[in-house]
Amino acid sequence: MSESERRVGAKRGGDGFWAGLALPGVVWLCLFFLLPFYVILCVAFGRVDPIFQTPSPEWNPLAWNTAAFEFVLDGLFSSGAAFQTVFVRTFFYVLIATALSLLIAYPVAYYVARYGGRWKGLLLVGLIAPFFISYLMRMLAWINLLQDDGWVNEVLMWLGILDAPHNWLDGRASSVILGLVYGYVPFMILPLYAFLDRIDRSLLEAARDLGATPFQAFRMVTLPLSTPAILAGIVIIALPMFGDYYTPDLLSGAPQTNLIGNEINLYIRGGQQIPVGAALVVVLMVFLTVLMGYYLYATVRAQRRLGA
Amino acid sequence: MTRLRNWLGNPWGKPRFLVLFTALYLVWSIVPILIAIRFSFNEGRSRSTAQGWSLRWYTGDPDSSVFHDATLHSALAQSLRLAAFAVLVTVPLGVALAIGLTRWRGRGASTARGISFATLVTPEIVMGTALLLVFVELLTFIPLGTPAQAIGHITFSLIFVVIIVRGRLLAIGPEYEEAARDLGASRMQAIRLALLPMLVPAIVASGIIVFAISMDDFVISAFLSSGTSTDTVPVRIYSQGRTAPTPALNALATVTLVVTIVIALVGFLLWRGVRAARGQTGSTVGEFAALDAEAVR
Repeated sequence: MSESERRVGAKRGGDGFWAGLALPGVVWLCLFFLLPFYVILCVAFGRVDPIFQTPSPEWNPLAWNTAAFEFVLDGLFSSGAAFQTVFVRTFFYVLIATALSLLIAYPVAYYVARYGGRWKGLLLVGLIAPFFISYLMRMLAWINLLQDDGWVNEVLMWLGILDAPHNWLDGRASSVILGLVYGYVPFMILPLYAFLDRIDRSLLEAARDLGATPFQAFRMVTLPLSTPAILAGIVIIALPMFGDYYTPDLLSGAPQTNLIGNEINLYIRGGQQIPVGAALVVVLMVFLTVLMGYYLYATVRAQRRLGA
Repeated sequence: MTRLRNWLGNPWGKPRFLVLFTALYLVWSIVPILIAIRFSFNEGRSRSTAQGWSLRWYTGDPDSSVFHDATLHSALAQSLRLAAFAVLVTVPLGVALAIGLTRWRGRGASTARGISFATLVTPEIVMGTALLLVFVELLTFIPLGTPAQAIGHITFSLIFVVIIVRGRLLAIGPEYEEAARDLGASRMQAIRLALLPMLVPAIVASGIIVFAISMDDFVISAFLSSGTSTDTVPVRIYSQGRTAPTPALNALATVTLVVTIVIALVGFLLWRGVRAARGQTGSTVGEFAALDAEAVR
């Protein structure tokens, strides 16, 4: 939004021209992004055909039926109810997986950005590679490795850590969290790298000249400067994790590791009680919107503290 | 502990801990994939132990090899078909949207920007449910299967084109268009003759990104599939991953991986070529990584 850019608008008028250029994309998003959200609401607040069990959406907001929401909210807020257990589990899995991802991503991104040197190109190829390998293939690799006669068991037995093969793929929270970290950590490393790479080294030199130890320089300069990137990295991987159902399905497949995504998948594609699935989606969206709101607030605060 | 801290904090010292950590990360991130590829060449039926070398699960086996099992190779065809549709429609649509959103200052501009960026933070399961319900309940003239899947892929990849092209547009600034206009070009001519040539590297890069995320997509493809014939490779891996009796699934994943990387590499070389032709220099891989990072941000 530079001065000259504003001038183009003012001098030449032509706002209509730019709006026209954006129009096809905006129409597309209205049709296939906004409208579908309204349909979710109409299905969630709709009814179910008593004979065919198919949903009949209620298009008129004044006639919305809250039965599906009452069912979901009841399952969420009465203690020990099914949805509550799943929601709490999802929250903790995402929390642990995100924390582990950050512990892995930050040192790697920091090393490549700061010390990559002449190896930087090669290291970056290694960091980008997972983007071109499908997530599902990366899970398949772990299914191979974690089988009863797989290499993980072989190695652990050879090392003497295990006496007998451990069954990794049958309802283990550890396997699901490993899968989540393995799957999502590359998406956190790259933005962290891009940000750390841009930090001005003279700031660190200044900190050292003013008597800071190397660790103090890191703690008082690099770390605060990278707070916005850390927050962005957390959001980038936490949002899709909240909607994940394929990682637990592939690496566990047991009900005791079901996440909120599994419930949505079951209700929406299982055929029965689609309004309940739609209501779960709405609840998830409300929850994520609150989370995003907090993220934006935290980012603005961090940037203000940095005086940017 | 103090020494570890010194390694972590000293921008001039030797970061031995970090070297080791990064090396371990790269091994951890890449070796499982290599092992999965290794098992695809098994002679026997095991997917978890090494059993000789053969092409049995690629071409040899008359029933369940990738070449002979229609459910496997049709999945690859479907993945590529959807990725091609996605690139062909999303890139022009996204470039126009990016230019429009960047220069448009009037009422509605910020709302339009907000809607575009909202697609970025919407989890796939939410978008998948939304699209499934809209095609089943309202826009029933669009059938599930390829048409619905293609629309889904275009919808979620649009924002990545917008982000990449917009980043470049903000860097270029409006001066070149202004100069073209002063020299008598119409608005459309200014875009076509002055702006688009400068955007070519960004357009090629966004094409690669759209291709990669379309090939990678699972949820949208699964929700909008109409049956086995429109399953993509990730959908096939999901439905057979735990039950597959043979390494043929590993072979399918390997073929897909190779095809994806070859196409992405061709795109990358093209990108480097057009970028060099525009006289931009510097670490190409580094800049592409930053681009990728911007796209996922």
